[in-house]
Amino acid sequence: MKHRWAMVIDMDRCTGCGACVVACVAENNTPTVGEDEVEKGRIMHWLRVARYWKKELAEVRPVFLVVPCMQCQQAPCEIVCPVYATYHDEDHQINAMVYNRCVGTRYCANNCPYSVRKFNWFDHHWEKPLDEQLSPDLSVRSRGVMEKCTFCIQRLRRGDETAGKEGRKVRDGEVIPACAQTCPPGAIVFGDLLDPESKVSRVIENPRRFRLMEHLGTEPVVSYLKKLRGSGR
Amino acid sequence: MSAENHLSRSGEERLYEELSRSNRVTTRWWYIGVAGLSAVVLWAVAVFVYQMMTGMGVTGLNLPVFWGMYIILFVFWIGVSHSGTLISAILRITRATWRAPVLRGAEAMTAFALLVGGLFPLIHLGRNWRFYYMIPYPNERGLWPNFRSPLMWDAAAIFTYLTGSTLFLYFGMIPDLALARDRSSGWRKTLYTILAAGFRGTHRQWRRYHVASTLFAILIIPVAVSVHSIVSWDFAMAKVPGWHSTIFAPYFVAGAIYSGIAAVITVMAVLRKMFRLEQSLTPKHFDNLGKLLLTMTLLWGYFYFSEFLTIWYGRLIEEWAVLSSYGKHYLPLFAVMVSCNFLIPLPLLCFRRIRRSIPALFVISLIVNVGMWTERALIIVPSLARRNDPFVWHNYFPSWVELSIFAGSIAFFALLYVLFSKIFPVMAVTDIKEQMFHTTDRAMGGVTMASVSHEPGEDET
Repeated sequence: MKHRWAMVIDMDRCTGCGACVVACVAENNTPTVGEDEVEKGRIMHWLRVARYWKKELAEVRPVFLVVPCMQCQQAPCEIVCPVYATYHDEDHQINAMVYNRCVGTRYCANNCPYSVRKFNWFDHHWEKPLDEQLSPDLSVRSRGVMEKCTFCIQRLRRGDETAGKEGRKVRDGEVIPACAQTCPPGAIVFGDLLDPESKVSRVIENPRRFRLMEHLGTEPVVSYLKKLRGSGR
Repeated sequence: MSAENHLSRSGEERLYEELSRSNRVTTRWWYIGVAGLSAVVLWAVAVFVYQMMTGMGVTGLNLPVFWGMYIILFVFWIGVSHSGTLISAILRITRATWRAPVLRGAEAMTAFALLVGGLFPLIHLGRNWRFYYMIPYPNERGLWPNFRSPLMWDAAAIFTYLTGSTLFLYFGMIPDLALARDRSSGWRKTLYTILAAGFRGTHRQWRRYHVASTLFAILIIPVAVSVHSIVSWDFAMAKVPGWHSTIFAPYFVAGAIYSGIAAVITVMAVLRKMFRLEQSLTPKHFDNLGKLLLTMTLLWGYFYFSEFLTIWYGRLIEEWAVLSSYGKHYLPLFAVMVSCNFLIPLPLLCFRRIRRSIPALFVISLIVNVGMWTERALIIVPSLARRNDPFVWHNYFPSWVELSIFAGSIAFFALLYVLFSKIFPVMAVTDIKEQMFHTTDRAMGGVTMASVSHEPGEDET
């Protein structure tokens, strides 16, 4: 284990602007599928900003829940894949996905309680000037394979390489996924839990912290901060 | 019937001719039927190729309903396959005297339904052309399939069952093939000679045949039970509310036998009509099959009730979201399932008059299979469509592609059956003969009844 990457999303800071989603699309060659396909429930974004409405006294407030892949330590998706296309990356302690190995049983997506896995229903095409924006750091996925948030593993690996060349450890804040980098209110904190000085190691002690569907025992490394208030607490 | 229980030497020939009618006479209708069925199958194949070239997007699937029609049909056909071998094995072991005419048709049904059902996991794959990644073959990268995945258990179980039930079907057919060999000419003679494997009907051969068929029958039962348990574990092992249930394995097995018996009745009624087997497939057989169907109706109802009751009473939030959708969006499906699987067949099958009426029983058997299809749809779809996070909830309706392949699967099953009945002995002639040898007419009060004395078996030696 070289790293224990973790992410903390502060729901009290999140404004629901969706910049994280846009950043993710730009970074990870995520296809844009168009209105009709989105209507059919085939949006390809690797993270979603789920909007719920919460009634507090007379006031109705939106609650934004940003859901990327939880990178579960006891991942339900990994055990059900018949071909090991999704497996546990020991170096980074995240769920990795091998596109070339995937045969498309979609069992992993069924077994994911957070529904964060996306399936390539078609081959996707980028119209002429748009194909120039594709990142060369990762592949464009073909039809019939699963994909999902990787914590921008291309960045994590690049960070390891650079630090390795200079013979040092990866500094806190040196590598962060596109969503955390972009978030205007700075609601997404990302870092290595093995580094006791990192920001994420401090934030994770926050009493506002909770994890999504914790009772399922999936041990997600993404956690949330939310102040409990109002009648529902 | 009772007058026919005695079998004279000339009667033996007549019996053979009557029972092997399907092999000897080819009508115009047979060609029309084969052409029609082949056309539907070819259409489905074309549609499948289109799906493969375009992507799974041509189906109605979405996030979160990643599994739909293909998996429903997979479970459905594996379910249908269940009774054949199982009924035949149980009837052999319990020595039910009425079993003989039902055996072959039921065993063939198993093999064909498995062949059809086994295609669906492949049709369902996102990258079908890479299906061999799931086969454990040695390769230079040292990659191996993941045997922790229930899908791998499934593959292993279904291959075992397919092998076992095909052997069971073939083995039971050997004496009949020998019979056909002695009475045919041309390519049929060659084919039957090879397949009959030198069976001459000597005492030794018969003794071994009986021992082996009993062993076969006993061994195939645990395989059959395990297959549908494992199919149920595809769902029950998953962390999906509505799927994750300990009762699923026995419940699926019961459901499979239920749909299987209904399918046996459907097939028997069609065979009887098509090949004029009225003499050997009598209302008595349908009455008995009807009783079995009634038993399974009750058993299925019991399982469903216990499954439903615990979820309803417990009201765990996630499970309740699934269950309450049965009363809303999925109400039509739920209503069809409850009526077709329970409310309609239960009272009707209680009447002897209805069980003995072949058209009525035929209709009921179709109703039950409609119900069982709906039951699978209701297990698979709402659980996915109403899972954990309400933000992703989405409904599902199959597209024309999936419906075409649905039609194709039915046509393929029928086609396999029609071809089989043209080439192979579709009635277990020797078993029927054997039973007749042991039957005498007895006067009981005012009526004459068939009484079966003793059946030969391994204990005889």
